[in-house]
Amino acid sequence: MDYREMFIESLSTLTLNKLRTGLAILGIVIGIGSVIALVSLGQASQKAVESQIQSLGSNLLTVMPGSSQEGGVRGAAGARTTLTYDDAKAIETSDAITTVKSVSPEYSGRAQAVAGRNNINTSVMGVTPLYAKVRKIDISSGNFINDRDVTAVSKVAVLGPTTAADLFGEDVNPVGRTVRINSQTLSVIGVTVSKGGSGFQNQDDIIYVPLTTVQKQLFGVNYLSTISLEAESEEVMTEAQNQVGYLLLQRHKLDDPLEADFSIFSQQDILDTASQVTGTFTTLLSGVAAISLLVGGIGIMNVMLVTVTERTREIGLRKALGAKKKVVITQFLTESVILTFTGGLFGIILGIFVSYLFSAFMSFAFVVSPKSILLAFAVSAAIGIVFGLYPARKAANLEPIEALRYE
Amino acid sequence: METVALSDVSFEIKKGEFVAIMGPSGSGKSTLMHILGALDKPTAGKYLLDSANVVEMSDDELAEVRNKKIGFIFQSYNLLPRTSALKNVMLPMVYAGVGKEERRIRAEKYLEMVGLKDRFYHTSNQLSGGQQQRVAIARGLAMNPSILLADEPTGNIASVQAAEIMDIFQKLNGEGHTIIMITHEADIAGYAKRIIHIKDGRIAADGTNNRQRKI
Repeated sequence: MDYREMFIESLSTLTLNKLRTGLAILGIVIGIGSVIALVSLGQASQKAVESQIQSLGSNLLTVMPGSSQEGGVRGAAGARTTLTYDDAKAIETSDAITTVKSVSPEYSGRAQAVAGRNNINTSVMGVTPLYAKVRKIDISSGNFINDRDVTAVSKVAVLGPTTAADLFGEDVNPVGRTVRINSQTLSVIGVTVSKGGSGFQNQDDIIYVPLTTVQKQLFGVNYLSTISLEAESEEVMTEAQNQVGYLLLQRHKLDDPLEADFSIFSQQDILDTASQVTGTFTTLLSGVAAISLLVGGIGIMNVMLVTVTERTREIGLRKALGAKKKVVITQFLTESVILTFTGGLFGIILGIFVSYLFSAFMSFAFVVSPKSILLAFAVSAAIGIVFGLYPARKAANLEPIEALRYE
Repeated sequence: METVALSDVSFEIKKGEFVAIMGPSGSGKSTLMHILGALDKPTAGKYLLDSANVVEMSDDELAEVRNKKIGFIFQSYNLLPRTSALKNVMLPMVYAGVGKEERRIRAEKYLEMVGLKDRFYHTSNQLSGGQQQRVAIARGLAMNPSILLADEPTGNIASVQAAEIMDIFQKLNGEGHTIIMITHEADIAGYAKRIIHIKDGRIAADGTNNRQRKI
């Protein structure tokens, strides 16, 4: 009996009970479909996070204050107030530092911004002109903060496009208008180009103010929350990290690098961490989907067992007429593999459709990797064999006399 | 406690014979039929079919013997449901690996032989009991076996049709086919040339049927 005939015969047997066949397939459709959809959802969110982080600049180093430690109590990372504007200036001017192109000292806080009747709670970022260069910020109208604004402690502000729209309305150019933050009136001198991105860190919902103004007028602090550094190239990132580290240790009068009251991250570190997080997320989702696939497989086994019981007489007859064990096993395995393979095919279509919906409604990238499709095919065939084997063996091992007597 | 179904049963059936094995229910004739059909192996003793000892064979070898040397005709026909007469007759040839064309030619030939020329594409449930049994006979002949083994072939069939089946048997026997028929009905056994009586697992009588019935 060749395989083509076996296939046709199995197909015609399966179409005899369409409802049962359909329900058995449905389990696999849902299983495979959810694996494809969830894996592609995970990959899409991973891509979204990566592109968002990469849009911040690729040879970027970030210096953050370390955690505070007073009397043995360790506070939150970044809570220390040891990083100053002078540190930033020292990095810029020191002869020991050869691999850093530009330095951007920053202080960020949150405040209520008011313009006319509108007010929003947004992030206020104290920056110097180099920030625009380091973070690749472009201006859509007006100007960014310049050196004079910083030295003169000017009360000016540059708005992110989301903030501008929230405060002044869509399609209104806010340049020349004023915005009140912490009882200070600042005049708007520019609006930045949208950097895109949504979710956990919207880079368009922000107000840039000269660093000195933020420190002295808005928040009354004399330290920085971060210093962003642009390295000469991606190759010297590690060297830049070391040079800046030693300089800051020296300036903070620390001998042991382990006692450092600051930490330096590269963009790659952040990217790695974020990828790891989304990777875990993807694995978790796939795990959940795999469980539904397992349940689908058990459904197939159940249906095949019922089929074997129902067809006991037929199996007995086939064996009496000369069907060898191998033939009976192959016949039942063909049936279960057809079930799971068809389920796999429809599951892939369902999964692609669902991930398309995700991408359309949640502004995610539409990612369906060929690898996951191939894997889904392989897995569905494997499920057919694994879960079909027991019922098939049961059928093949039936004694023909017993089977023929079965009512 | 061991129940002995058959004991001291020894006989020889030659090529071309038409034998009826008779006995009341519980006499062991079903067990004998299973052994003759290579469906079961005796715990002791020998069964030589075309001088090969069936008792020593593996499951797959038994399957091959059943396929090539025995044509089964069951009391309840045992045709595949929802399958055409033609396909039912082709089934043993499928397992023997006979080519598609050859299968069809042979199936048509045997269906014609049993008088079902116009019923090739009827499925089992569209045929009467007698017609179903004739499909089963055609299926039994498909591999041109050494023995046609019929188990109560007329048990489920009205007497007029039963006579037709016996007519086919006698014709086939006339053409040289060896037929072994298990039955408990004396009038059906009357169509055979030789009758073996089984009682309590032993041969009670074995002799030529001097008053063979003819249609």
